[in-house]
Amino acid sequence: MSVLIFVENWDGKFKKLSFELVSYGSKIAEMLATEAIAITIGNVDNAELAKLGKYGADRVINAVNDGIQIFDSQNFTSIIAGFADKENARVIVLSNNSTGKALAPRLSVRLKAGLGSGVSKLPANIEPFSVFKKVYSGNAFANIVIKTDIKILTLAQNSFELIESDKNADISQVLVEWDTSGLKTKVNEVQKQEGKILLTDADVVISGGRGMKSSDNWGPILELADLLGAATACSRPVSDEGWRPHDEHTGQTGKIIAPNLYLAIGISGATQHLAGVSSSKFIVAINTDKDAPIFSAAQYGIIGDAGKVLPKLVEAVKELKGK
Amino acid sequence: MKILVCISHVPDTTTKVKFIDDFKKIDIAGIQWIINPWDELSLTRALELKDDPSNGIQSVTVANVGLVGTEPTIRKALAIGADDAIRVNADPKDAYYVAAQLANAAKSEQYDIIFCGIESSDYNGSTVGGMLAEFLGYPSISSVSGVKIENGQAVVTREIDGGKELISAAYPLVAIVQKGIAKEPRIAAMRGIMMARTKPLKVLEPVEIDSLTELISFEMPKPRAACKFVDPENPRQLIELLQNEAKII
Ligand SMILES: Cc1cc2nc3c(=O)[nH]c(=O)nc-3n(C[C@H](O)[C@H](O)[C@H](O)COP(=O)(O)OP(=O)(O)OC[C@H]3O[C@@H](n4cnc5c(N)ncnc54)[C@H](O)[C@@H]3O)c2cc1C
Ligand SMILES: Nc1ncnc2c1ncn2[C@@H]1O[C@H](COP(=O)(O)O)[C@@H](O)[C@H]1O
Repeated sequence: MSVLIFVENWDGKFKKLSFELVSYGSKIAEMLATEAIAITIGNVDNAELAKLGKYGADRVINAVNDGIQIFDSQNFTSIIAGFADKENARVIVLSNNSTGKALAPRLSVRLKAGLGSGVSKLPANIEPFSVFKKVYSGNAFANIVIKTDIKILTLAQNSFELIESDKNADISQVLVEWDTSGLKTKVNEVQKQEGKILLTDADVVISGGRGMKSSDNWGPILELADLLGAATACSRPVSDEGWRPHDEHTGQTGKIIAPNLYLAIGISGATQHLAGVSSSKFIVAINTDKDAPIFSAAQYGIIGDAGKVLPKLVEAVKELKGK
Repeated sequence: MKILVCISHVPDTTTKVKFIDDFKKIDIAGIQWIINPWDELSLTRALELKDDPSNGIQSVTVANVGLVGTEPTIRKALAIGADDAIRVNADPKDAYYVAAQLANAAKSEQYDIIFCGIESSDYNGSTVGGMLAEFLGYPSISSVSGVKIENGQAVVTREIDGGKELISAAYPLVAIVQKGIAKEPRIAAMRGIMMARTKPLKVLEPVEIDSLTELISFEMPKPRAACKFVDPENPRQLIELLQNEAKII
């Protein structure tokens, strides 16, 4: 028996979400009194692989094949399903990021294993196996029972604390098959912006709405983001107006994020906007309207004109950072 | 070529959801039902592609798994411009069940591109599209923000961390769409609404299949503590709270 944790790597490196996932999967393995096996696909060096043991993996499998150059959901599914079989996995854990969302449903059908997607807590119960997930875009939660022998879970990002362990994981490299004959899709071009903090990875996000009035007023937001190592975001009308790039739009129809701190400036807090940010640990709002719905979602607020408050806030952060 | 757009029928996104029967069911009183926003955008893109005759698209079909109450939503899709519709007459028990029904419905025709949304705004599953692709044995491309047709192939833009990929894909394929696929949802014109009444809506009986999960009950989120307000003249207080109370910066 085992708990199999699929850990994505980015050019051979792991991220915080990888360690959250291993911490989570290892806890489930403890609940089931079984082994936690982390698997990652594509070359990763041993020092990096060993990190997964530090978050509770008993064993780490690196599935390798020189053919693995790009992500292919069918091949990845076959590899993970193969290990699930071999290791008699009872629970398979993936991230609820775009890769996990591409793989978990396929694995569910392949293994006829019930899927609980976007869970944020450990299972409430093992027999029956029940999990808790966000529904109605954060306006409610649901308790779901997975009825099959094998269970698949995808973990919402930034919802589970890292748990360190002193395990020295047993590491192995396993050569796997990589079928290129079936690949009917071909990546022709990759466009990537380097050096930008990814919105979905950021611990702190500074976000502006229509209350910012014009793209010319974004200076203090960018400065704050720079000072705090934060990513920048915006509401939908802002990206529709072209004040900010589309990949910054958060909400139901944009990115769904869960940073530690979400600072919403000149954003009213429409339900569709909150749908993308309500899982943030802390929401702070700056708005001229004391009745703006964003204040019902926020822990801290400033009622005031962003144009006046932001420069003072920038000064205060500079002081904090000793600049 | 033919396109299939899977549409789920969901409460309007501004609905304040309430539950009945000991939190086992959603209270549908007063709910406005809509086409899931992603599916409305997929449909819009499918119709835009069909508008260009050089793409050679014969038809755009919409499919829904739902009981008869979803028909007004399906008619709305027909009014927007879909050519015909399929409704699988079943209560959507879970994503696996829905995907199996859609796969069965999709088998009757050769659909070259099947669109699904990244998530439905009620269940927030993000699962049906991938499951459908696996049931059919088709490749799937997720995080799709654009689809064009060039030389008898789909050219798909896929969003990745910090960038995008341009992918060419042979048919058939399942495209799981997100932001960018179309700008604004197309709205039904009067003529479309009139025509929708007579467009074919085929009702299929479900195939027998077990669901793998069961929704036991709902819970409301815990109310957040009241917002603490800070003097706008002195945002330093905010920094102190974030540092000392919240301990996040
Ligand atoms: C199907 C659907 C999906 C949607 N998806 C999304 C989504 O994903 N994301 C999203 O954001 N929206 C989405 N929307 C739109 C959403 O309903 C709101 O219209 C939008 O979020 C409002 O953006 P806003 O808060 O920036 O602007 P407004 O609602 O115009 O709010 C501006 C705020 O700024 C305040 N303000 C004004 N001047 C100042 C000042 N000088 N200083 C400080 N504050 C000031 C105002 O008091 C107000 O609260 C969606 C809508 C629909 C129908
Ligand atoms: N009952 C349904 N009928 C048809 N399509 C559906 C249904 N439920 C979900 N879908 C499709 O699957 C996508 C993702 O839904 P979900 O996995 O439930 O978040 C939706 O955007 C639809 O395209």
